[in-house]
Amino acid sequence: MSDIKKIRDEYLIKLDNNLDTESVNQIKTELFGKNGQISNSFKTLGSLPNDERKKFASELNSIKDELQEKINSKLQEIEIKEINSKLENEKLDVTLPEREIKQGKIHPVSQVIDEISSIFSEIGFSVEEGPDVENEHYNFTALNTPDNHPARDMHDTFYLDNNKEILLRTHTSPVQVRTMLNGKPPFKIIAPGRTYRSDSDQTHSPMFHQVEGLHIDKDINMGHLKGCLNYFIKSFFEVDKIKMRFRPSHFPFTEPSAEVDIGYELKDGKIVIGEGDKWLEILGCGMVHPNVLKNVNVNPDKYQGYAFGIGIDRLGMLKYGINDLRAFFETDYRWLNHFGFDPLDVPSNYRGLSR
Amino acid sequence: MKFTMSWLKEHLETKHKDTQIIDKLTDVGLEVESFENISSDFDNFKVAKIINAEQHPNADRLRVCDVDIGQQNIVKVVCGAPNAKKDLLTVYAGPGSVIPKNNMKLTISKIRGVTSYGMLCSESELKLSDESEGITELKPGKYSDKIGKNFFKHNTEKVVDLSITPNRPDCLGVRGIARDLAAAGAGKLKNISHKKINNGGSQNIKVSIVKDKNQGCTIFGSCLIKGVTNKESPKWLKEKIESLGQKPISAIVDITNYVMLDLNRPLHAYDADKIDKEIIVRNSKKGETFEALDNKEYKLDDGMCVISDKSGVLGLGGVIGGTRSGTELKTKNILLESAYFIPRSIRKTSKLLNIDTDAKFRFERGIDPQSIETGLIKASRLISEICGGKISKFDIQKIKQYKNSEIKFNISLFEKITGFKVKENEIIKILNNLGFKVSKKKSELNLSVPSWRPDISQPIDIVEEVVRIKGYENIETIEPKKNRLKDTLNKQQKLFHFLQRSVASKGYLETITWSFTDARINNLFRENLKEVKIVNPISSDLNVLRNSIFSNLVFYLKKNLDRGFKDISLFEIGPIFKNNQPGEQLTIIGAIKSGKISRLNWNEKERSVDIFDVKKDLIQTLMEAGYDKQSFFIRDKSPTYYHPGKSGSLYLDKDDIDPVAYFGELHPNIVKRLDIKTEGVVGFEIYLDYLKDNKIKLKDQKTNFEYSDYQKSERDFAFVVDKNYKAQDLIEIISSIDKNLIRSIKIFDIYEGENIPDGKKSIALNVTIQSSEKTLEENDLEKINKLIISTVESKSGAKIRS
Repeated sequence: MSDIKKIRDEYLIKLDNNLDTESVNQIKTELFGKNGQISNSFKTLGSLPNDERKKFASELNSIKDELQEKINSKLQEIEIKEINSKLENEKLDVTLPEREIKQGKIHPVSQVIDEISSIFSEIGFSVEEGPDVENEHYNFTALNTPDNHPARDMHDTFYLDNNKEILLRTHTSPVQVRTMLNGKPPFKIIAPGRTYRSDSDQTHSPMFHQVEGLHIDKDINMGHLKGCLNYFIKSFFEVDKIKMRFRPSHFPFTEPSAEVDIGYELKDGKIVIGEGDKWLEILGCGMVHPNVLKNVNVNPDKYQGYAFGIGIDRLGMLKYGINDLRAFFETDYRWLNHFGFDPLDVPSNYRGLSR
Repeated sequence: MKFTMSWLKEHLETKHKDTQIIDKLTDVGLEVESFENISSDFDNFKVAKIINAEQHPNADRLRVCDVDIGQQNIVKVVCGAPNAKKDLLTVYAGPGSVIPKNNMKLTISKIRGVTSYGMLCSESELKLSDESEGITELKPGKYSDKIGKNFFKHNTEKVVDLSITPNRPDCLGVRGIARDLAAAGAGKLKNISHKKINNGGSQNIKVSIVKDKNQGCTIFGSCLIKGVTNKESPKWLKEKIESLGQKPISAIVDITNYVMLDLNRPLHAYDADKIDKEIIVRNSKKGETFEALDNKEYKLDDGMCVISDKSGVLGLGGVIGGTRSGTELKTKNILLESAYFIPRSIRKTSKLLNIDTDAKFRFERGIDPQSIETGLIKASRLISEICGGKISKFDIQKIKQYKNSEIKFNISLFEKITGFKVKENEIIKILNNLGFKVSKKKSELNLSVPSWRPDISQPIDIVEEVVRIKGYENIETIEPKKNRLKDTLNKQQKLFHFLQRSVASKGYLETITWSFTDARINNLFRENLKEVKIVNPISSDLNVLRNSIFSNLVFYLKKNLDRGFKDISLFEIGPIFKNNQPGEQLTIIGAIKSGKISRLNWNEKERSVDIFDVKKDLIQTLMEAGYDKQSFFIRDKSPTYYHPGKSGSLYLDKDDIDPVAYFGELHPNIVKRLDIKTEGVVGFEIYLDYLKDNKIKLKDQKTNFEYSDYQKSERDFAFVVDKNYKAQDLIEIISSIDKNLIRSIKIFDIYEGENIPDGKKSIALNVTIQSSEKTLEENDLEKINKLIISTVESKSGAKIRS
């Protein structure tokens, strides 16, 4: 009986030594192989008297478990050691560059359009669009600008036919006309898009972007117009306070008409929108002229409201400090990378307009 | 519209400071472009004397002059004028000066190797006259003791420049501006003196207005002034004219200009002795010609309003006079015209002949038809005062009566439109001050509109008058309500925004290019669409609307390659044009990729971009937008600007008639033609208008989640097929054998060459088989295996490769 305890003690000490896998397996064979010491002890069980047999068997089993467990843990220990020493030699230079990254970008004009849409969405405007090619009726006549009106000279128009009937829209206002002709009041829309004038120098580009706004209902007055634009400008420039000035002006399709200036100051050569003492003209607006409403079959005695037109490119230039309008459309890879926005940076009401 | 403050004060009695007046102008809608001291810019121009002039060593036509600019300063100036000679007194502009004619700022510069400090100016450069042949020659008597002094008189007067909107012709005269200011509380409008002029004797040149169709002239007023001595204008008048940047000509011309600027009443003076018998105002006949005061000969069309005499056309009424009857210094008798021309007629004529004059600008916007006599009185008095002469009685010919228009104005409209209230008596006061005659009838005002306000015709115009004079700052700011009745974006707009960002997320930079392009490049991509020409392009290389989004992308790709960039991915989303009618346009995404993938990367093998790069981007984009890749179908048809063998079209469904996208390599001929230097150019186009609206909302698209945990098996096959056989067809055959068992098919090798017969290729694929009901046994697998082989062989003519 003491034999098996001796075996146990002897092997537990052996297994505590610094061994390799092979030696542990050797020990395993010595104990549990066909003629192993533990195996042999089990063979003696049969020859023992009943009462002793039970006790010896129980002792033998517990010693067997103990030794087996010790062997397994020893084997695991060795394995981990071996892996660790192997990993020592697998050290990489992790400062080497990663695989190629190709980062795409969204054009500032697209980003600004999304910002504008997000802002107006919150106060209930929906987005409408119209064709780039327009006829002279929708672009001018329906907007109370008949052929002999000198206001037509304010727009240098690209024509597509010699009769000057088909043209590239000079503003987004024809979308007002199309929207009202195709629906019933109330109307509350914005219409961003490409616009064209045959004018090209440092500050004018033959193509640019405008967003039109139109709100027609039974009781919409100039106070609503002021409130809407004030809300928009504050939200767009992400400032709490804004200085705004409405100046009387003239557009054939609105009456009364206004131009809107915002206050700014120059800090380190950069324009800072907000409360400076300089004025910057940013948009034109007014109450939709009764003649326009008549032209689109809306009764001006029942319905009234405002319209506005804002230069999108210019807004983007002011907000993001871009100096040259022409560069917007020149596809300079460096410029697009510099001023472009990450495609995942989607302006929204809850995340905020810009990062 | 320019004027000086002192001129304004001839009409406006005011205690307001200049800056207050400037603010007030802005407040009433007369936008101030600039308010500047006229003298400041001109201080750089000095009276100077050439003390020596030598031939330029390197240029035959240039001279190097030593110029005395006063205070013992002698500078060297290179000058090309033939009259730049020793002892000439002239005008010198130092470095930093801005030349009035072209706004060019002078710098010290080397001209053919000789440094020139400034410039000697011609009269035309100084805007004194049109003389540009040589430099200004100053009279020694007057100027010899003024060397070094400012050439321009130091005038401390400030000039206001207003940008007058087209609806306000009345403010093209100083008096109109004063009236607006007075109405807005900036002073009081002075009365025009109605001192009678001493005139008598008949105007014995007969005037008649012919009642032609669309006669452009409806009133022709005139008087004769006999025995005048035309001369240089007196100082006060010259200064007035000069202060506005115009050049004085002669007393008679200056007076007519002065009255025009003062009262917005254009006038014209004829040399009465040059008129052949009588004045006939009539429509022109086609082919008639006349020489105008701009020294150009004009050939007239039918129906233009001309002032003529027995010999022919004297001038275009309200647009420009003619040289034949122009006044000169020796003119003795003049006929002074004060007329009314219909704006539409003026505009038509000036557009056709492309003439722009001060008179045209004013008549086109509408001149006060009741100012005929006021103009005659003011001008004839000034002429007789300055030039002498006897004024005849006025002759006024009219074919139409002008009455003031009447408007009934309901006061409540004001608050309805502006949102704030102004008391009735204040409204009346404002309107009175603007020249309206007001009578009250219950809550309505009966208004008689002043004849100088052609822009006012209905009640809304009255609202504008009152609110602009009262001040826009009185309009309150009503916070917008945050409620939404309708979705902000419709489905198509959402798709637009989604695809835009989806493509960008695959490494493409978004660009925006013109909607127009160069016809020559456009033709490479036009296919069978109609060319849409721009009648008046800004330049000949932007002369058509684009028929394809690729023309500009490829153009700018080349520009960036030429800048030294190699691996470029660009895209644009925007319109292309099928024809020239509104709506005949499509919205397209065009994306283009050049160069290599993984160029100079230490751990990846570099390779040129290829069609499967863009095919992946295209398909992934469409998948992300919610389209089912399983039903996509590829055909090898594509537009001719793609490589004929390396391009294809994508259909959302096999049965669709129109593809939604094209992809492939750009045609090598185009690459060569445009001289694009890169390893490869590939691209794709998505037609947003052809993308079917995904009608089912996402919440309804999700089906029950079903999955199988039974064991998967994979089997590899290699089929030998004809070289032109499509992999897509092979996959379709196999997947349709048993949709429940065959879970995925992957092509892992395409092989041609040794062991494969000529004209054939081997397609190796891996098929994943899994049942959702049980673990498949070996014989089940064997069965499906055999079925795959036999079906493929019978349907495609392929042979299993053993």
